[in-house]
Amino acid sequence: MVKFNRFTLDNGLRVIVHEDDTTPMAVLNILYDVGARDEDPDQTGFAHLFEHLMFGGSVNIPSYDEPLQRVGGENNAFTSNDITNYYITLPSSNIETAFWLESDRMLSLAFSEKSLEVQRAVVIEEFKQRYLNQPYGDVWLKLRPLVYKKHPYQWATIGKELKHIEDAKIEDVKAFFKKHYNPQNAVMVVGGDVKTEEIKQLAEKWFGPIPAGEKYHRNLPQEPDQHDERRLTVTGKVPLDDVYIAFQMGARLDESYYVAELISDILSRGNSSRLYRKLVKEKPIFSEVHAYMTGSMDKGMFVFEGKPLENISIEIAEAAIWEEIERLKTELVPEDELTKVQNKIESTMIFSEMALLDKAMNLASFELMGNADMLNRETKRYLAVTRQHIIELSNQMFRKDNSSTMIYLAEKAV
Amino acid sequence: MTLQRKTAPEFKGIENIHLIHPERRELTNGCKVFCFNSGDQELVRIEWIFGNLRFKPESPLLNMAVNSLLTEGTHSLTSAQISDKIDFYGAFLQVDYGHDNSQVTLYSLTKHLHHTLPVIKDIITNSIFPQKELDTFIRNQRQKLQVSLQKNDIIARRIFSKALYGDTLYGLSADIETYDTLNREDMQVHFAQMYQPSNCTMIVAGKIEPETLNLISDAFDKEWHNTGQAADTGQPVIIPAAEHFYFTEKPDALQSAIRMGGAAVNRTHPDFPALQVLNTVLGGYFGSRLMANIREEKGYTYGIGSGMSSLKHGAALFIATEVGADVCKLAVDEIEKELNLLQNELIPEDELSLVRNFLMGSLLGSLENVFSHADKFKNIHFAGLGYDYYDRYVNTIKTVSADRLQELARKYLNFDQFYKVIVGKY
Repeated sequence: MVKFNRFTLDNGLRVIVHEDDTTPMAVLNILYDVGARDEDPDQTGFAHLFEHLMFGGSVNIPSYDEPLQRVGGENNAFTSNDITNYYITLPSSNIETAFWLESDRMLSLAFSEKSLEVQRAVVIEEFKQRYLNQPYGDVWLKLRPLVYKKHPYQWATIGKELKHIEDAKIEDVKAFFKKHYNPQNAVMVVGGDVKTEEIKQLAEKWFGPIPAGEKYHRNLPQEPDQHDERRLTVTGKVPLDDVYIAFQMGARLDESYYVAELISDILSRGNSSRLYRKLVKEKPIFSEVHAYMTGSMDKGMFVFEGKPLENISIEIAEAAIWEEIERLKTELVPEDELTKVQNKIESTMIFSEMALLDKAMNLASFELMGNADMLNRETKRYLAVTRQHIIELSNQMFRKDNSSTMIYLAEKAV
Repeated sequence: MTLQRKTAPEFKGIENIHLIHPERRELTNGCKVFCFNSGDQELVRIEWIFGNLRFKPESPLLNMAVNSLLTEGTHSLTSAQISDKIDFYGAFLQVDYGHDNSQVTLYSLTKHLHHTLPVIKDIITNSIFPQKELDTFIRNQRQKLQVSLQKNDIIARRIFSKALYGDTLYGLSADIETYDTLNREDMQVHFAQMYQPSNCTMIVAGKIEPETLNLISDAFDKEWHNTGQAADTGQPVIIPAAEHFYFTEKPDALQSAIRMGGAAVNRTHPDFPALQVLNTVLGGYFGSRLMANIREEKGYTYGIGSGMSSLKHGAALFIATEVGADVCKLAVDEIEKELNLLQNELIPEDELSLVRNFLMGSLLGSLENVFSHADKFKNIHFAGLGYDYYDRYVNTIKTVSADRLQELARKYLNFDQFYKVIVGKY
């Protein structure tokens, strides 16, 4: 159980306070309701590039990191297809520094040309390091457009291509800031060794004067249901073949999400899971094989991924995955097996209560989705899933004509 | 009163760090148990930590393989039964092989310990390393290795360790053929000698009920015996390579991996705490000199950092990054400049005070929950140090002078004496 208090400032900023006196630290987490899905198709990678620019100085404070480090704090941020999340951890006695820094960059950035120039270069190196100069690094750049034909999930947060980042202009940066970075489009969570009253005062003091700005109304093209089997084969300089089978699945708030997560746990969580047990251990077909979900706010992906052993053909590997899928579609999952994955969900929730930053991020993310208190109802929703739900969803989701298969073939040395 | 947005709010320094000390007990079989009883959640983490056995060049993977295969079958449980039991009770079982020690870790809800602890007891005392599981392990390790060997940063790390640590556990990097040396018989002998009470330290952290202690002593005291032959945990002398420069060309590389550094001192040495401060200035935090120059000023990389490794029989200080292939030489030049600057000029007091505060905040922040307190203890315990180490560390952070840091830079940050590894283009 994660307890919290909640209030909203006049300018629309939603604030959540989680008091936890077992730590001498405090966390300030700000989630902005903008991700790569909100980008222009000709300017992809921008939300993430923008995240880098948020560290390039704000209107009244030339350096973001330096004053924070000086009071013993650390910070970081990440961008996903759905959100951009910034967080600070620091000794709770210095919490006001976090308010000072975060409120100033919500008020306005410095928009320095130098910062844009350097961060463009840094992000290009990040693109190379993570997506281009790694074996299999470009998989998601290719798989996303196979699964999504209309929805902006068809590009990765890093962007479609280097050129989109190279072309970013300071005017674009300003327009993006105006559109997305204001109190109405943000959720702030303060957690740790703090008191709600004190946080209320600090929030009013530092964030209260920021103009509300315009509310961003998201209106994205939704991805139509898939009714055609899709396939892509690429050949590259990788040492082993790799098989990906992706299915469209429900959105994060869909009831089916909880069922899907338990299916992925049955298939792939821990050494007792089906894919590992059957396809790595009993029948040696893969050296590794996994099932997981993207967990996105709009329609997501349920993905199977496996690297077949060297003497195994792609056809046999694919068939082996489909055989496990068929089992889910035709046989009820044994009671014990369902209890097992539900027990794991329950214990994971309890373990996660020991990590302050995780709690703060989760509260922010659930508040964005509708209500922070959903965090405390999660376990119940997983426990409500039945064997019948699993077989039904498996039949609905794991259809050939809802699948996108990508085969990454190892270029054979001549 | 108008809001002063240009002025930073007042802040406080961190005076004291409160560390939870363990309650210590020794079992009759010689196994040492350290208990950290704290926390609101009804759960525990229990670690069984064993000193690695002496490195054998003819069978270099034994320590790693024996540890990895502990979960793969005992006289009474198959690999599948082990994972079924652990997973069913929502517990997590991990085995981890480290340079000095290997360990088994159990995360379990307290209420399920009577189901989960016996499994651990069984794998620590009764493992048999079935041939089929060994074959699977070798096959999968070889495949994973093929992927790793396509990653420039991993190749650089392997070459660096080999150069610095030679033919020892620390310098070892397995090739595909190395796995041929593994066999069940050697593993069983190794297992019997290493996984015995006199070579074991148990660390229990979380909400420890009296019942928890009873369960532990039932399983790991009276019924767990030493084999009579003490574990030989001594290690061969490290002979570093004479060659200091290694370039592996990858004609298609978009980025080059750089790793460079040299031997340093471990936690037991009086220089260590101050060297940590110096390392932080150089490349140990986001605002470090390497990051400020090579990422934030030049944009050559997504990230660059320096770090220290403190091992039982060795230590290193190293710098690692991946940079645009076309700017690799420039990046190396900048690293050299930064090292020379630390040798030739005093660190300004403003920068040093920032680093002092940052390190204190970092230390405080690293004590998130009872597990972190146990981790802090492991750092000192396995180095043979007491809690006064942290007093010295805190005192050093607060008082070390720029002169002293310059002296250390001259001693440890000599670009010309560094091992330098580049994989990609140069």
